[in-house]
Amino acid sequence: MLEFSNLTCGYDSGFFLKDISFNVKDKDFVGIIGANGSGKTTLLKSVTKLVKIRKGTIFFENKNIQELDFKQISRKIAVVSQRPEVSFKIRVEEFVLLGRIPYIEKWQFIETNQDREIVYRAMEETDTLDLRNRLVDSLSGGERQLVVLARALAQQPRLLLLDEPTNHLDIGHQIKMLDLIKKINRENGLTVIIILHDLNLASEYCDKLILLDKGLMYKTGTPNEVLTYENIEAVYKTPVLVEKNPISSKPYVLLVSKEEIDKRNG
Amino acid sequence: MNKRLLHWSLWIIGLLGLLLVITMFSLSVGSSKIPFMKIIPLLFDNQETTEKIILLNIRIPRIILGIAIGGALSISGVILQGLFRNPLVEPYTLGISGGAALGVCINIICKLNHLSVATLPISGFIGAMVVVLLTYSLGMKKGILKIQGLLLTGVMISFIATSLVMLLMAMSSSQNLQGIIFWIMGSLDEPDWILISIMLVSSAAGLIIAYFFYTDLNALALGEEEARHLGINVERTKKSLFLIASILTGVSVSVGGVIGFVGLAVPHVVRLFFGSDHRIVLIASYLVGACFLVVCDTLARTVIAPLELPVGVITGIVGGIIFVYALLKSNRNV
Repeated sequence: MLEFSNLTCGYDSGFFLKDISFNVKDKDFVGIIGANGSGKTTLLKSVTKLVKIRKGTIFFENKNIQELDFKQISRKIAVVSQRPEVSFKIRVEEFVLLGRIPYIEKWQFIETNQDREIVYRAMEETDTLDLRNRLVDSLSGGERQLVVLARALAQQPRLLLLDEPTNHLDIGHQIKMLDLIKKINRENGLTVIIILHDLNLASEYCDKLILLDKGLMYKTGTPNEVLTYENIEAVYKTPVLVEKNPISSKPYVLLVSKEEIDKRNG
Repeated sequence: MNKRLLHWSLWIIGLLGLLLVITMFSLSVGSSKIPFMKIIPLLFDNQETTEKIILLNIRIPRIILGIAIGGALSISGVILQGLFRNPLVEPYTLGISGGAALGVCINIICKLNHLSVATLPISGFIGAMVVVLLTYSLGMKKGILKIQGLLLTGVMISFIATSLVMLLMAMSSSQNLQGIIFWIMGSLDEPDWILISIMLVSSAAGLIIAYFFYTDLNALALGEEEARHLGINVERTKKSLFLIASILTGVSVSVGGVIGFVGLAVPHVVRLFFGSDHRIVLIASYLVGACFLVVCDTLARTVIAPLELPVGVITGIVGGIIFVYALLKSNRNV
């Protein structure tokens, strides 16, 4: 469904992703991990043409992404950005309706009933139907993320890109959000690429991981292959222990403070 | 029928009704009072009475101009506030008024207006467009219109233009000075039907064209990146919207002078009442702006009649009070 082939892209200010080659299959749940500044967000932005591609190509459903315009992309790919700002007064229902913009024709003044149905379904799926008359800026962080997810689903995408959607959420809301994304991935067959900071969440939810280091692809594979202590220590420059989660038997990363390590070493 | 559409339609009809009432009121008051009931029969009367001449040659042109300029400045404000995602931006922030004032100033000092009064709006428009092009080209970087940079350069160019106007005023004779000051303060007293028609046509065209960008404006409220994710061609949209707002403001300033506050306050108040959907905000702002300016102009020509106050002064005072009231009221509701 999505193929990066020798992709080099970046900003004029000097940061570049280099030689990314990777294949995302239909219905995959792919996690992007890596230290701050390793290029995770840049990689997502390259898919929606927000950063300039210098070399290589991205193929989406076998078409070169450069040949698709923004409207065509927005009907297939939806993005849940990092900490989306909503600085104006808008009710949740209207906010989710904005997700139908890709389908509105130039001469069309009002949404169709079909648009509304899709919006209601998206709100139902994300458990936000009860919030529909609230103002978006009055919602809690967790509720707001769900509403943004609902708007992305209203775009009826084939591919969903998420940039740290669980940032600033408590563990309850983190699990709720990720369970929901997983459910949508399994039941609706939506392909998901998600940036996660929390390695344990990434391990628990993703089928495949991409570990980025300073703009290069350090390692890709299943969580078992990527989340080894050698890989993590090399990229994050911090000692860790990797155990197995007793229930899911996925790798589990434990952190240790420097003081404890010093104590151990005498 | 869609509930929201019905709700909006009712409001639009209500605002149109309000505009009609205000128009009739404005037609009837003035140095010679014409009763409400007599206005329509008078207009369709074949006799050339004094009252009919007053209506046709003095009051009706002013009201039409008030509607056109009030509407144009308001939607220009809506567009710019949406584009910059900044509620403090107004049509004059980008130096358009400063440029127009400078153009007129130079015209008066060079005595070009002695050739023909029509040169005043032309030089005002040229001044405005020079500033717009300057701001635009400075805000462009590698084919991308940098919105925040545009705002800063606009404010700076505005300062420069205003300072130059003051410099010219300090050096000019008292007779020229009065002409410049009166022009700057703004007035709807414009007897030339050609100018009135130009204003009316561009104002209506601006409203219609702005409607082609309502989804873009709604999406841009979320930020440029999010708008792109919703399939908006952001670069094209930014350029087009900037151009529409500039031309609307440029024409308004050239014809009516610097009438402040309409473009700042009207979109604000409208958003407080109608929310953020540009489908209703655009038309409602146009109508509210038109009502507001006609009311202010009626006040301007009646309060100390037979003398006339500059309409810009009235819009500032009346608008400011309404604005503060609306803000206080909305804060209490939150």
